[in-house]
Amino acid sequence: MTSSLERPVQLAVENISLRFGGVMALGGLGFSVRNGEIFSIIGPNGAGKTSMLNCISGRYQPQRGTISFDGHDITHRPPAARARLGIARTFQNIALFKGMSVLDNLLIGRHIHLKSGLLRGGFYFGPCQKEEIEHRRIVEDIVDFLEIEHIRKRIVGTLAYGLQKRVELARALALNPKLILLDEPMAGMNLEETEDMVRFILDINQERGITVILVEHDMGVVMDISDHLVVLNFGEKIGEGSPDEVQADPEVIKAYLGGEDSVFLGR
Amino acid sequence: MSVAHCGDFRQSYRDDMKVLETRFVRVSVGAFLVLLYIFPLLASNYLTSTMTTIGIAVIGALGINIVTGYTGQISLGQGAFMGVGAFACSYFMRIAHLPFWIAMPLAGLATAAVGMVFGLPSARLKGLYLAIATLAAQFILQYLFIHMDAVTGGSNGIQFPPPEIGSFVFDGDRSKYYLTITVAISAVLFTTNLMRSRDGRAFIAVRDHHLSAEIMGVHLFKYRLLSFSVSAFYAGIAGSLWGVYTGYISAEHFTLTESINYLAMIIIGGLGSVLGSIFGAVFMTLLPQFLTVGTGALAQIFPKIGFLIMSLKDGVFGIIVILFLIFEPDGLAHRWRLIKAYWKLYPFSY
Ligand SMILES: Nc1ncnc2c1ncn2[C@@H]1O[C@H](COP(=O)(O)OP(=O)(O)OP(=O)(O)O)[C@@H](O)[C@H]1O
Ligand SMILES: [Mg+2]
Repeated sequence: MTSSLERPVQLAVENISLRFGGVMALGGLGFSVRNGEIFSIIGPNGAGKTSMLNCISGRYQPQRGTISFDGHDITHRPPAARARLGIARTFQNIALFKGMSVLDNLLIGRHIHLKSGLLRGGFYFGPCQKEEIEHRRIVEDIVDFLEIEHIRKRIVGTLAYGLQKRVELARALALNPKLILLDEPMAGMNLEETEDMVRFILDINQERGITVILVEHDMGVVMDISDHLVVLNFGEKIGEGSPDEVQADPEVIKAYLGGEDSVFLGR
Repeated sequence: MSVAHCGDFRQSYRDDMKVLETRFVRVSVGAFLVLLYIFPLLASNYLTSTMTTIGIAVIGALGINIVTGYTGQISLGQGAFMGVGAFACSYFMRIAHLPFWIAMPLAGLATAAVGMVFGLPSARLKGLYLAIATLAAQFILQYLFIHMDAVTGGSNGIQFPPPEIGSFVFDGDRSKYYLTITVAISAVLFTTNLMRSRDGRAFIAVRDHHLSAEIMGVHLFKYRLLSFSVSAFYAGIAGSLWGVYTGYISAEHFTLTESINYLAMIIIGGLGSVLGSIFGAVFMTLLPQFLTVGTGALAQIFPKIGFLIMSLKDGVFGIIVILFLIFEPDGLAHRWRLIKAYWKLYPFSY
């Protein structure tokens, strides 16, 4: 697993500061994520994990610092441009297109790869239909992969929570990203659903070679599957390294032991 | 899997993506189309021209449904956009001496451009604030209709020359009907297709969750603006056909009332639904006619209070619309789907 240290850096976050009025959500945060690794961001509630993902995906604009992805400075690019570069994500609170079917949600994931504009779309038959079928095939592969065949035509808003989480992951995959940001993908799931999700994340990473940035409170999972992680507290980095290094780090232990998160590092 | 799906094995994605899923549906739709084309041969001139106004309303309703129902931006300017299309088309025909067949699409494009300009506030405004901005569009355009005499004939209005092919002139009820219904059917097809391809899906995504649409690479402003201009294009076409229908256009017709009428059409018919646009257009065109006939008959029976009954018409119209909104909040298209689902499972309704 340590071999990932030799891989090139895919995402470099440097000195990011983000404040909301008086609240310092992120205070000069920096780290780098290498190609093809599973990189986790952990920390107690309100530490700034989601804020960090939002800065990477373009939802928030940090006041200071730079973020570069695959050699492009993306700090000031709009979210849609980052999607085109190959960054996809899921949300802590599910953010699907509730009125659309599962398939249509995934086809939105193909949006940036589709070429048929208004006119071709309106006439449909010919190039547009060909394209739709081709991309439907790609989407069906993802449907198979995430085992959601049985719900592919269902309207997303009517699905159970665990399934919606899975559809959201599928939609992010449909983008065919190089980097995927997962914000608490196991939250609210039972043991079986969690195990499935872990399996999917590992497959995404190993079979599809997609870099994963994972935010998750389930320390058992995080320590098991991460190559590297950073630990945040009040928007600042208090630890960094491999799971073993982080678990042995006195700073990290100090931050969690004695606090209400004392169980945080244990299984 | 439900009973109805038994034996429903699709051979390919192409089959699975068909709009009209079963042979029964395809045959019914085909029969309906045939009926539409022989309708004027069977019906009176009055009914034929009523159908023409329904066809125009369908096009306008599809348009406003694209911006409001599918993309989620309330528009209160559809009436004025129809005016832009009508005046532009008439202008292209009278002054530039273009044939109708070129003038109408051009008028659509001109209206789309105007729609795009008035859609610009969608960069910053959402919901009711945006609705108010489109209301401004309605008033500004209405003002221009009255004051740009050279193009619009001012408050007198202006003539709308009939379309021609060779020596054939589209000035009878039947020929106008065939023209309108053909364009309306094309608009229905175009919209249906659009909504199952890239840009249509993007509209819906922007409506359902604009933040995650953006994260998926959908350019929000582009699609908000595009929905306004596509919607206005439809309005421009509908306006041109209105010109053909009446032969004479004036600002009076393209008021806020007309805009609200269109909004009501898609709310009653079904937001974000092609079928809903059709149902709404039929309903909102026929209801006033029924009321006119009904109150007229009543007024003859009770001549003393006849005037009173006639003036009740608008009130009754309003009440029926309100009742519909209360009891059919999801629109007629939704009711239609429920009925269809019921018959699909009949007699095993549970
Ligand atoms: N849009 C916002 N407006 C104001 N404050 C915000 C906003 N987003 C985040 N914050 C604040 O920034 C800090 C970090 O929040 P963030 O959501 O990033 O934490 P988190 O680590 O993801 O927490 P959790 O584990 O609960 O998801 C918190 O104090 C939060 O209140
Ligand atoms: Mg969070």
